[in-house]
Amino acid sequence: MQIFINEQSLKIQIEARLFELRDRHKPDADLLIVNGFPVSQDQPLNDGDRIVLIRRGEQPTATELEALMMARHTPGVHAKIKNSCVGIAGAGGLGSNIAIALARVGVGTLVIADFDLVEPSNLNRQQYFIDQIGLPKVAALRENLQRINPGVRVTIIQQKITPDNLLEHFSAVDVMVEAFDAAEQKAMLISHFLRSCPQTPLVAASGMAGYAASNSISTRKMAKNLYLCGDGTTAAQPGRGLMAPRVGIAAHHQANAVLRLLLGVEPE
Amino acid sequence: MLLQINGQNREYPAPLNIVQLLAHLQLATERVVVELNREILTADKLADTQLKDGDTLELIQFVGGG
Repeated sequence: MQIFINEQSLKIQIEARLFELRDRHKPDADLLIVNGFPVSQDQPLNDGDRIVLIRRGEQPTATELEALMMARHTPGVHAKIKNSCVGIAGAGGLGSNIAIALARVGVGTLVIADFDLVEPSNLNRQQYFIDQIGLPKVAALRENLQRINPGVRVTIIQQKITPDNLLEHFSAVDVMVEAFDAAEQKAMLISHFLRSCPQTPLVAASGMAGYAASNSISTRKMAKNLYLCGDGTTAAQPGRGLMAPRVGIAAHHQANAVLRLLLGVEPE
Repeated sequence: MLLQINGQNREYPAPLNIVQLLAHLQLATERVVVELNREILTADKLADTQLKDGDTLELIQFVGGG
């Protein structure tokens, strides 16, 4: 029968067992993963099994990591996500969280634009670290994404997005994400992008400040190819700041909407 | 003339362009995405776009934060 061990196809005898396989191929492995699930007991192997043998502390290669993710997502789903490209305009509270969720799920290419640098106050909700203060956000985010999933291709653009450079960077994406902070920038990006690329879905966000009800944040279709996440009304203002939990909820609504669009399911 | 705005029928005197309509509704032009008869308009086109009887508009207002 045929199995896969650390993504390599291998023919083995019918009665083969897991521990025997480990002893032969990676005797120092202390983490055995069978079809995506960690296993501690010896067990018989079946045709088509995907086995990953890991020694804790030793990093899996990008291909091994991908094989693990593929097992989690089912191969068809994984292939669709892997071959897709998502544009993210803004790498603040929304964009940094969205990028991380999409990298973890295995989106093949991310194109991320932001002109800003990491500031101490950003750490209240944005996915950066204290030793990244002062770095361009896009550079810091690419570093973090590659530490999570080195298989994701990350293209970064450190400039302000305007109607004039928008298409140069984002016209080829499969799904576009609006992740800006200012309402004017949000409206600018959405109207210009949908006007120029009416066939490309766009996922935007509006209304996620403070600590109002989590369940007031929703995902709605607002126009052809425009999906909006958030409560629609709660603006950031003095006394009602942007905070990690609710910004994270909105960001993950956006990330899930992107995932659904890539898999051909209507976001809701 | 009769306009349908975000699903509601409203009567307005013509002539009226979109910038005038947004001002009447007290919406800030630069924070709104305008869809006219299922087509998105960019901000630079709003002043030049005269509304006519039967037009359908979706006005999507954005607030800051991200």
